[in-house]
Amino acid sequence: MVVRVVPVLSAGVPAERRTRVLRVQSLLLALTVVVVTMAGPCRTQKRARSGPKTRAVDGTASIGSRQHSVRDREMAPMSVRTPMTLASIETGTGLQRALAQSPTDVVDVVDRSGIRGRGGAGFPTGRKWRLAADSPAPDGRRYVVCNADEGEPGTFKDRVLLADLPDLVLEGMTIAGYAIGATEGVVYLRGEYCYLRDGLVERIGARRAAGLLGNGVRPGFDFEIRLQLGSGAYVCGEETALLESLEGRRGQPRSRPPYPVTSGLHGAPTVVDNVETFAWVTAILAKGADWFSAVGTDRSTGPKLLSVSGDVARPGVYEFPLGVPIADVLAAAGGTDARAVVVGGAAGQCVPASLFGRTISFEDVSTGGAFIVIGPDRVLLDVAENIMEFFADESCGQCAPCRIGTVTILDGIRRLREGRCTPEHLERLVRLAGTMQVTSLCGLGQSSPDVFLSLLEHFPQDMRVPASPGLPAQLVPAGGGE
Amino acid sequence: MLNLPPEADPAVAAEVDSLVAEHGRDRGALLPVLQEVQRRHGEISDLAVQVVADRFGVPPVDVLGVVTFYRFLAGRRGRHVVRLCRTLSCAMAGADDIGARLERELGVPMGGTTDDGAVTVEWVHCIGQCDRAPAMLVDDDAVGDLDGDRAAETVAAVRARDRTLRDEVAVRVGPTDDQRSP
Amino acid sequence: MPVPARNAPSPGAGTSTTVSVTVDGTRIDVPAGVTILDAADSAGIRIPTLCHHPDLRDAGVCRVCVVEVAGQRGLQAACTYPVTDGVAVRTGSLRVTQARRDVVDLLLAEQAGDCPACLRYGRCELHDLAAEVGAGGLDCPAPEPGRLVDLLGPSVAVDLNACIGCLRCVRACAEVQGIGVLGVVGRGPSTQVSTYGGLPLSQVSCIDCGQCVSHCPTGALQAVDGTADVLAALADPTKHVVIQTAPAPRAAIGEEFGLPAGTAVTWQLNTALRMLGFERVFDTTFAADLTVIEEGTELLLRLYRALVQGDTAVALPQFTSCSPGWVKDLELRYPEYLANLSSCRSPQQMFGSLLKTWYAPAHGLDPADVVSVSLMPCTAKKFEAARPELTHDGRPDVDVALTTRELARMVRGRGIALTDLAPSDFDDPFGTATGSGVIFGVTGGVMESALRTVVEWVTGQPGEEYLTHADLAPVRGFDGVRYAEVTFDRVGPVPPILTGLLPDLEWLRGVTLRVAVAHGTANAHRVMEDIRAGGLFASCHFIEFMACPGGCLGGGGQPVPVTPAVRAARARAFYAEDEHYGATGRTRKSHENLALQRLYRDVLVDGPCGPTSRRLLHTTYTARGTYLPVGGEPGAEPAP
Repeated sequence: MVVRVVPVLSAGVPAERRTRVLRVQSLLLALTVVVVTMAGPCRTQKRARSGPKTRAVDGTASIGSRQHSVRDREMAPMSVRTPMTLASIETGTGLQRALAQSPTDVVDVVDRSGIRGRGGAGFPTGRKWRLAADSPAPDGRRYVVCNADEGEPGTFKDRVLLADLPDLVLEGMTIAGYAIGATEGVVYLRGEYCYLRDGLVERIGARRAAGLLGNGVRPGFDFEIRLQLGSGAYVCGEETALLESLEGRRGQPRSRPPYPVTSGLHGAPTVVDNVETFAWVTAILAKGADWFSAVGTDRSTGPKLLSVSGDVARPGVYEFPLGVPIADVLAAAGGTDARAVVVGGAAGQCVPASLFGRTISFEDVSTGGAFIVIGPDRVLLDVAENIMEFFADESCGQCAPCRIGTVTILDGIRRLREGRCTPEHLERLVRLAGTMQVTSLCGLGQSSPDVFLSLLEHFPQDMRVPASPGLPAQLVPAGGGE
Repeated sequence: MLNLPPEADPAVAAEVDSLVAEHGRDRGALLPVLQEVQRRHGEISDLAVQVVADRFGVPPVDVLGVVTFYRFLAGRRGRHVVRLCRTLSCAMAGADDIGARLERELGVPMGGTTDDGAVTVEWVHCIGQCDRAPAMLVDDDAVGDLDGDRAAETVAAVRARDRTLRDEVAVRVGPTDDQRSP
Repeated sequence: MPVPARNAPSPGAGTSTTVSVTVDGTRIDVPAGVTILDAADSAGIRIPTLCHHPDLRDAGVCRVCVVEVAGQRGLQAACTYPVTDGVAVRTGSLRVTQARRDVVDLLLAEQAGDCPACLRYGRCELHDLAAEVGAGGLDCPAPEPGRLVDLLGPSVAVDLNACIGCLRCVRACAEVQGIGVLGVVGRGPSTQVSTYGGLPLSQVSCIDCGQCVSHCPTGALQAVDGTADVLAALADPTKHVVIQTAPAPRAAIGEEFGLPAGTAVTWQLNTALRMLGFERVFDTTFAADLTVIEEGTELLLRLYRALVQGDTAVALPQFTSCSPGWVKDLELRYPEYLANLSSCRSPQQMFGSLLKTWYAPAHGLDPADVVSVSLMPCTAKKFEAARPELTHDGRPDVDVALTTRELARMVRGRGIALTDLAPSDFDDPFGTATGSGVIFGVTGGVMESALRTVVEWVTGQPGEEYLTHADLAPVRGFDGVRYAEVTFDRVGPVPPILTGLLPDLEWLRGVTLRVAVAHGTANAHRVMEDIRAGGLFASCHFIEFMACPGGCLGGGGQPVPVTPAVRAARARAFYAEDEHYGATGRTRKSHENLALQRLYRDVLVDGPCGPTSRRLLHTTYTARGTYLPVGGEPGAEPAP
């Protein structure tokens, strides 16, 4: 099968455009690809349980070839590459300041800081706490849950926080408990981080011994924290799936509303927040809301920890103020020859080099921390396939759009690689992707086609987008691709 | 009424009962109990599933649904588990080559267990070691910055430790039934 | 319990707060917290659904009912999304219809079954939906192989290649029935509905009630098809094929022919059955009356032994035993209470026994040539008919138990227009029924029938003065369970039929008989747990248990769909027939059934619960337990 690639005219994609549902016309750019396709619909066999693809095509580097040899990698202590504000926060101050105020005032401080959830969804933390505090508690119980199920590919900043600054996290949970009127906190730690369990258990015990946990943390405020491990399910990072798992069931996301702040763990109002969020909350109570919001943008206040990996010289955890341009992160990490960055993990989007001026923030390119750099020699179809395999494996299986949609798109990616994806089928896949984005029951399904769509949009040549005969000339945009 | 047959191993029910006593019998304790059974035995046997179901007052297929949902609970594994990450950063760093090397070293395909029941090697998705890609979990530890040699050395060390331990046990207690051999 | 996507009720749901919502431009006022689906329904706006079922807690997994909610980026499932004040919903925009079509496409692609060969072809909810939204032709990878196929029966046939993951069966089995033999295993693309370890239903603790079948929208779950055997027998000139029909199918089979639920077609059905070739058409309610006599006598004997003879070994309360799903449930889950089960066979089986042992020789027939067929609302009747103890000379007393749906297929298959037929009566000698027997098919009916007779036996006064069906009061905290008390403030002489069994009835003077009624096995389990704990129900004397919600009228073999409204309509048909009997001068009490009296005079000469009755009309039970003997691999691995 011969693939003949004709250089693509650049598209000049507007910087502000954020595409959720890709229109067909924008795909079928002025790209002429001669392919040999198989006629008619084709039912693929169940895929073999294989590893990631490393097959090189046309002599270009496969997904598997390393740009930076492991031995050449610059090591860093704690895996942290920049000064870390959180490492400078003295433990205990935050909680002390919180307990000296009323719970409502604590919520106000968090609110004023403007901090938004650091796990990826970016819900304003203060608003979440207020909703939980104000929701009726049928039997008087409320819960604080720390989402330590860091499973988004490319994310490891929580691993570092839990390993090296666990007290900040536990303190933040305690502050939350005080603020919303909860007496019980649970850390849901992903099973893949089992090596962190003993350390956390030790810290919980030490804090209990120091009166920072248990009965009478403050008169009238008891707070206990326990640890529960996950068992290998990415979807349990979704907060309602996490709650299902805590309740001893399959980790299948719930229909929302109601949200956990109204009806969460065992039906009680529950705050589910990310590890990093709790750590920052401790810092905010210690140093003040204004201190936090002095950094970042109006709609995305404060610093953010990023997990940089992939084709960079210096992978690791980086702290940047929100609003940082992607190019700056690349410069710091040694990946300025990148072709694209997958920001936000598998559930994120693929940002091409032409858009590296965009910023990491909730209003622009959002992420829970994952920042995977794609070097110039990578086979992007393999990237797409790797991501889609991930989603097909990790889908909980409840709803048809995700359960069936993920494997259908995965099959489509393979057809594209093998040159047997007809334009009609690709059009159908793009439409299916749009349907998945709006009908899937949870965020996993909703975001699962995003990287695929962004690759199609920005790299149609690499993705072997087939030409559609009869496409009206005026629908071909003036530019396209990279 | 769960009417266990006379040939059912009483140790299974006894162990489940002690775990329930430790973790509680409300449904929230189900996962910790299942995790512990899996950790001790490398699998959650059918008998264990039925006893757990009985003690928690839920249908057996319900417990099976939980077991088969979580990657780490389902299936049967050897005494040591090597989990090699295959997701993007690790794939780009050459996880596939590591996988091929491990298969050669252990003599089993990915997903398989060595004949002596010592090591299971399997693909997993992102384990949060992307800055040290390619990386793998070896039992409860993470090993990153792998190349083929380092990966091979790691599993060789695991096997050696396993052999030593088992030799020690054999010397101490004599031949025993190995509940984890295939 | 395998309940997917649990929802706690929204704050405000069920309270008196009213909110104003706009659906497709129409403003509606509804209680706060109701779902968009219910809100739209109250305004007569229909939103297509699939995994939604009025009997079940909503799962929101099929995504068919998605609608646009102003301010929400994605579409929302109408069946689970609670309304708030001012919410604006669009149910038919282009965005919605396109998404819905895609979702139905995905569901169709999920199936790997052979539609034209399926018994639900033409009556399949998925196909109806596909036709409605214009779906078809999404090229998807085939679903992973290895889905459960279990055609062993004896009651329910499973082919999950036709399954679309709506989980109605799982929820019906777990929530409605409290049985839970169907669950979801695996994850992602390997997710599938299954039994434990993929075992056949007959090997897991299934009670054959068929509620899974009656909630399944496709042909993935069906009643085992006995029509081929029956048609073969009908075509065999050496066979004398007779059929007994139960009231519940008669009250519902009209639904299969376009009649509204609750239209009984008893007399036209008799004509149709003769056209199909049945030599005799009998009324099961005759045997229902027989059951009342036997079981009422049994109850009095238990009470006598307990209250007069002080026999502490007597098992009370006595449980009814005419629901084979309930019997199997007790055998599996509460085998220590087998002694509480009435030893009486069900009406179906009493009938079959008499057919093979008395009717055949009385008509010069070799029992081997008599094919005894029953028309039942029930899938568990197939299991019951195959029970080894319910045979004579190695042959089953009931050869084939057909469900309502199977018979409807036979009638349609012969081109018979059921609703156009002239009425005809049942055959003698088993054609005489009473009003009592007729109401067996509705929950509470057995209890009421039994009480009509027992009360009249004891007091000498008409039973209906003591109890009407309105007097069975619901028990708080026990949905689907009702309780009543009857105090015998007077007693009469021992009625002739009980002469020799009891010296007098004085020992019942002033005694308060405590009775209860439970339907749906989830409720039955609550009652059993209460009995175990020595609660209210432990102090009862007689409890009617029906496996299916609503009683037999809601049985697993009845026409689908079945909803609370359909059940209520069918129930009305029963009580209407009962009143009709009274209004037309026919008796409403089992013991006044003249043909029954003749039977006791001529055949069951040693009286109710006597040796002949015990031999022909009573039975024994089997302690089963719920252990599942699985040999092989533990829980299968999820996809890679």
